[in-house]
Amino acid sequence: MEKTTLFDKIWDAHVVKSVPSGPDVFFIDKHFIHEVTSPVAFLNLEKRGIGVKNPSRTVATPDHNVPTVDQDKTIKDKLSRMQVERLRENCARYGIELHDLGSAHHGIVHVIGPELGITQPGMTIVCGDSHTSTHGAFGAIAFGIGTSEVEMVLATQCIMQSKAKKMRITIDGVAGKGVTSKDLILYVIAQISAAGATGYFVEYGGSAIQSLSMEARMTVCNMSIEMGARGGLIAPDETTFEYLKGKEYAPKGEAWDKAVAYWKTLKTDEDAVFDKEYHFDAADIEPMITYGTNPGMGIKIIGNIPTTEGMEGSNKTSYLKSLAYMGFEPGEAIMGKKVDFVFVGSCTNGRIEDIRSVAEFVKGHKKAENITAWIVPGSREVEKMAHEEGLVKILEEAGFELRQPGCSACLAMNDDKIPSGKYAVSTSNRNFEGRQGPGARTMLASPLTVAAVAIAGEICDPREVFEN
Amino acid sequence: MAYDKFTVLTSTAVPLPTDNVDTDQIIPARFLKATEREGFGDNLFRDWRYDVEGNPKRDFVLNDPTYNGKILVSGRNFGSGSSREHAVWALYDYGFRCVVSSFFADIFKNNCLNIGVLPVTVSPGFADKLLDTITANPAATITVDIPSQKITLDSTGESESFDINEYKKDNIQHGFDDIDYLLNMSEEIDAFAADK
Repeated sequence: MEKTTLFDKIWDAHVVKSVPSGPDVFFIDKHFIHEVTSPVAFLNLEKRGIGVKNPSRTVATPDHNVPTVDQDKTIKDKLSRMQVERLRENCARYGIELHDLGSAHHGIVHVIGPELGITQPGMTIVCGDSHTSTHGAFGAIAFGIGTSEVEMVLATQCIMQSKAKKMRITIDGVAGKGVTSKDLILYVIAQISAAGATGYFVEYGGSAIQSLSMEARMTVCNMSIEMGARGGLIAPDETTFEYLKGKEYAPKGEAWDKAVAYWKTLKTDEDAVFDKEYHFDAADIEPMITYGTNPGMGIKIIGNIPTTEGMEGSNKTSYLKSLAYMGFEPGEAIMGKKVDFVFVGSCTNGRIEDIRSVAEFVKGHKKAENITAWIVPGSREVEKMAHEEGLVKILEEAGFELRQPGCSACLAMNDDKIPSGKYAVSTSNRNFEGRQGPGARTMLASPLTVAAVAIAGEICDPREVFEN
Repeated sequence: MAYDKFTVLTSTAVPLPTDNVDTDQIIPARFLKATEREGFGDNLFRDWRYDVEGNPKRDFVLNDPTYNGKILVSGRNFGSGSSREHAVWALYDYGFRCVVSSFFADIFKNNCLNIGVLPVTVSPGFADKLLDTITANPAATITVDIPSQKITLDSTGESESFDINEYKKDNIQHGFDDIDYLLNMSEEIDAFAADK
C-alpha cells in the first residue's frame, strides 16, 4: 500500500470529486463564521435565491470588531454594530448556532472552537480568517478562506480547492529556559521566511512538538500562515485526547471510544514522502522577537538587526522601507529599545495558559511607568478561569488593564489601537505596517517576553528578568 | 457572483516594486466594516495613499497621474497575510483586472480567481523587466492573453507563458464562478455527505 501522510489521509477522505485539470470538490465538516467576512456571503445567497445547505455544520461568533469594554451595552460604533447585528439576523434566519457577545461561550472563533470541543481530529475546518490554521493542532485540516468560499460552504458545504504540496517541519530536542512555543514558531518563520511555506500544507513533528500542551500546539499551528503555508497540523495523541475528553461538544460514552480509535489512526506512515522537509534542534532556539514589518523578520532577542549585506534590488529597498517604518537601523541591537505598549491576547496567545504564564511572571511586580499594558482574554471561558484562579487580581496589581474577549489590538478594527509611532510588544501574530493601528510599530514575542518587557519598560531578555 | 469576464487584456500598467505587500496594506482592517461589497476601491492602499489627514501622499504611485491602467505589477510575495477578500474587492473596484508578480500568497490567489482579477505569476527576471519598462515608460502596454496563457510586453514583444488550470481558465473567460459549478453537483455532494 502507498505510504501516505496525515494530510493525505484527511484530504483524500474529503474529496467529493476531482475536476479534470482543475481543483478538488472538497467537503467541509465544520465551518466557523464571524461578523466581518460573512455578511457579503449571506447577501449573495439571497441574491441567488438559495439558502444554507446544512446550518448544523456552521458555528458563529462575533469577534473581529467587537469592543472589549462595556460588552453588555449597545455597540457605539455604528458600522461595527451593523455587522454584529447582521450576523445575528443571518444566524437567526438560517438556524445557525451563534455564541453571541456576552454569552458564556463567546470569544475569538479560534479559541472557542477548541475550547468547546467542536474542533476534533480528522475534520476539515474552514473559516473566513487566515488563522483558522490554529485548529490544525488537533490533527485537522484547517485553513482560511475568502468570502466567496464562505458563500460556497454555506450554499453547498463544499469548496473548490487544489491540494497543496506537503512539507514537514521537525523540531527535536529540548528547548532552553524561557523558550515557549511562540519562540519555536517565530524561529521557524525567521529561518524559512514569511513566504517559505507558500503552496504547502505543513505537518509539525518531532519531540519538541510532541511535548507541547494543546495550547502551545495551537500557537504553533496558528502562525503557519505567517510563513505562507495553507495550514499546519500536528498528529493527534494522548495530549489531544486528554484535552478533548469531557468537552461540551466532544463525543461521549461509546461514541468517544469509537472516535478515539479512529483518531489513533491519524498519523503519517513511516516512509511517507513529503515534498519538502526541514529539521531544527530546539536547543538552538532562544527567546525571539520581530524587528520588521513581516513575521519572517525575527531575531533572537539578544541578537542584532541584520545588516543589508548581500541584499540588492527590491529586496534591499523593501528591507530599508520596513526598518524606516519601525524607526530602526540595520545592524543595531534590539535589547534596550524603549516600548510604549504591551498586548497580551489574540488567537495566537490569548488562551488560559498564556495568561497564567504572564501572571506568574509579573506576580509581585509593577509594570514600568512608560508602559500601557493590555490583556485581552481569548474567550469568556478564559476570562472566567482567569478570575477564578486569581490571575486577574495579580495582573491588575501589576498594572495591567484586563479587557473583555475579542480580537482587539491584534488587528485594531475596534478602538483598541496603538497610536501612530508608538512601539508595542505583542503576543499576536502580525507586525505588518499599521496592523495595530495606523503608524503603530509592532514587535511580536511570546507572552513571557511581553511580561518581562512590561516590567522592564524596554526590550529585555526574559531569562535575565527571571534571575532577578 | 458574476464578474466582468475577459479573454485578452491590453493595458498600460501601474508599477509597485515593493516585496511582501500584505492584505493589511491593500485594505487596512478598519475599512472592513461594510456589510455590502461596495466602495472598497476608495480605500485601496489607504495608508500608503493618504496621510492621517486624508491628503494624498505625492510619492505613492496611485497618486501619480503618470501611471494608470488595469494591470498592477508588484514585487514578490504579493497578497500575504489576512484572508480578507476585501483586498481583491478593493483592487477590482479601483479598476484593476490583473495583478502581475513573481510570487503570490495562496489565499489571495484563490480570492482573485473567485472575483475575476487574474493573478499572473512570472519569473523574477521578467517581473523586474516589466517593472523597469513601465516605470520608465508609462505609456508601455502589457497584453495578457488567457486562451494562450501568455503575457507580453508589447513594446519589445518579450513574453512569458503563465500557469492557470483549465477549470479556472474557462471560468474567468466566461464569468462563471465556483458556486454555479457546485450547485450543479448537489446530488453528488448529498450522497457523499450521507457518510460524514
